[in-house]
Amino acid sequence: MTKTSNPAELAVIAKTVRRHIIEMITAAKSGHPGGSLSATEIVVTLFNDIMKHDPSNPKWADRDRFILGKGHACPVLYSVMAECGYTPVDKLNTFRALGSIYQGHPDVRFIPALEASTGSLGQGLSVGLGMALAAKFNGSPSRTFVVLGDGEIQEGQIWEAAMFGAARKIDNIVCIVDNNRIQLDGFVKDIMPLEPLADKWRSFGWHTIEVDGHDIAALQAAFHEAEATKGMPTCVLAHTVKGKGVSFMENNPKWHGSAPSKEECALALQELA
Amino acid sequence: MSVSTKYELKLGVATREAFGKALVELGQKDPNVVVCDADLSKSTYTNFFEKEFPERFVECGIAEANMVAIGAGLAAAGKTAFVASFSAFVINKGFEQLRVTAAYPNVPLKVVGTHSGISIGEDGPSQMSIEDLSLACNLPGFTVLAPADEVSMKACIHLAAEIHGPVFVRAGRSKAAIVYTPGTEFHSGGSHQLLDGNDVAIFANGLLVAEAIRAAEALDAEGISARVIDIYCVKPIDRDAIVRASTECRAIVVAEEHLKDTGIGSRVAQVCAETTPCVMEFVGLTTYAESGTPEAVLEHYGLMAKDIVAAVKNVLARKK
Repeated sequence: MTKTSNPAELAVIAKTVRRHIIEMITAAKSGHPGGSLSATEIVVTLFNDIMKHDPSNPKWADRDRFILGKGHACPVLYSVMAECGYTPVDKLNTFRALGSIYQGHPDVRFIPALEASTGSLGQGLSVGLGMALAAKFNGSPSRTFVVLGDGEIQEGQIWEAAMFGAARKIDNIVCIVDNNRIQLDGFVKDIMPLEPLADKWRSFGWHTIEVDGHDIAALQAAFHEAEATKGMPTCVLAHTVKGKGVSFMENNPKWHGSAPSKEECALALQELA
Repeated sequence: MSVSTKYELKLGVATREAFGKALVELGQKDPNVVVCDADLSKSTYTNFFEKEFPERFVECGIAEANMVAIGAGLAAAGKTAFVASFSAFVINKGFEQLRVTAAYPNVPLKVVGTHSGISIGEDGPSQMSIEDLSLACNLPGFTVLAPADEVSMKACIHLAAEIHGPVFVRAGRSKAAIVYTPGTEFHSGGSHQLLDGNDVAIFANGLLVAEAIRAAEALDAEGISARVIDIYCVKPIDRDAIVRASTECRAIVVAEEHLKDTGIGSRVAQVCAETTPCVMEFVGLTTYAESGTPEAVLEHYGLMAKDIVAAVKNVLARKK
């Protein structure tokens, strides 16, 4: 596993991860490229820099925990975990096939190193808060990171969880909202607007940091600020571009849940060379 | 020996109260136990635990879906986590969370639904949980327990803590007649044959166990020998007890404070159909009930000993 705090080195890993995302979704002929590409820097920065974890000892009690609330973006998580050494890189292209450990949504039965099975939106933050609370009960330094989609936070349970996290002062959790502004049916602002989003999290009692979700140095600073913030949970509102890194996928709702053709895959990989 | 001397059926505490007491025992035994409630701790009696171990009690507010997933996170991270609310709320509002955060990843969350059935009485149908056993049985991996009295509830809460997987335990609001002597053992997949008999077998759980005993006493006076089985473990179900009943008695009545189409009756019938079919009758609910005292509601909706007696007569009329 490459562990580095150098943003340039993390950016190189992010490019590799993006290539995996495109290739595995193309091989599967289905999947969700847009929201995987938007979350790439977030997930890479966490696994390859910020989080304390050990692929050779995935159940280490004091490890930091990661939950992908927006489980459909699992190609990014699988790619990052594979690059870290948790699972085989050469099997990424079995994604979504019968018997593959790379299930259509994260499934702990197939990859025990995952912290939670997700895919039904809105539940990951609550589970993460439970894990963060367990760490507090146990006097463990473990931190928990939960990545949510912006569309996902239309789920009411997110706001039940937000109230809970603030009420219990769970300051060892970081909720990252991948604010890519697109959901399955179209643009979030047209489907069910969320603005003023930062104000919403602040009013629920979360220390809220807005960053460019593709700026690795800014993400690192936000995660360090979260660690230094005591007595309240932190929300990193990461402004991102859906489909980031592949020009024809960027900001186009079509690429929420469509697989590229072989030709489109080749074009995308050229851009990610 | 008259059966009426065997079971005094003295009223004990409600199973919800026995649950609260058992949590305290567990908490004393194991510092890893944590308890979540959703603003009903005075009714579920998790407040007993809160009083003893305030630092290990997690008030979640009126947000059952979040509570279930919080509990799953605690359990996934190694805590022995109980979540409790009225059964109608935790199982219905929390069902999807039970499915995705506990059942499917096999997270050992312990879920206790109190005020189950219609014997909550005056509060009426919005609070009455008449589909909880069915829903809980629809969660693969869950062990589902429905104890009848304070002794069995305490034992089942200790059992729940020991089971390596998710568990749902059904508790009631009303005082429950004491059936068991302390020290009786309970286990996953178990049942207890409380009365022997060979003309008909009556399977029941929860409050209906005492009614089944009363029914058997009445039938005994008429020369009908009824076997009574407390099928306290709804899932996994005690197939051997069902096969024995169907082969030895060749007539079965199932009685439950639950929708009769989807509760233990259908589970017992499935085992019979797969093994040794026999005639069966079912005592249970067909729709939502209404407000009233627990006694009045149970009587009006046909969940008393006399209703079980009538079902026994019907099944014996069909028995070959």
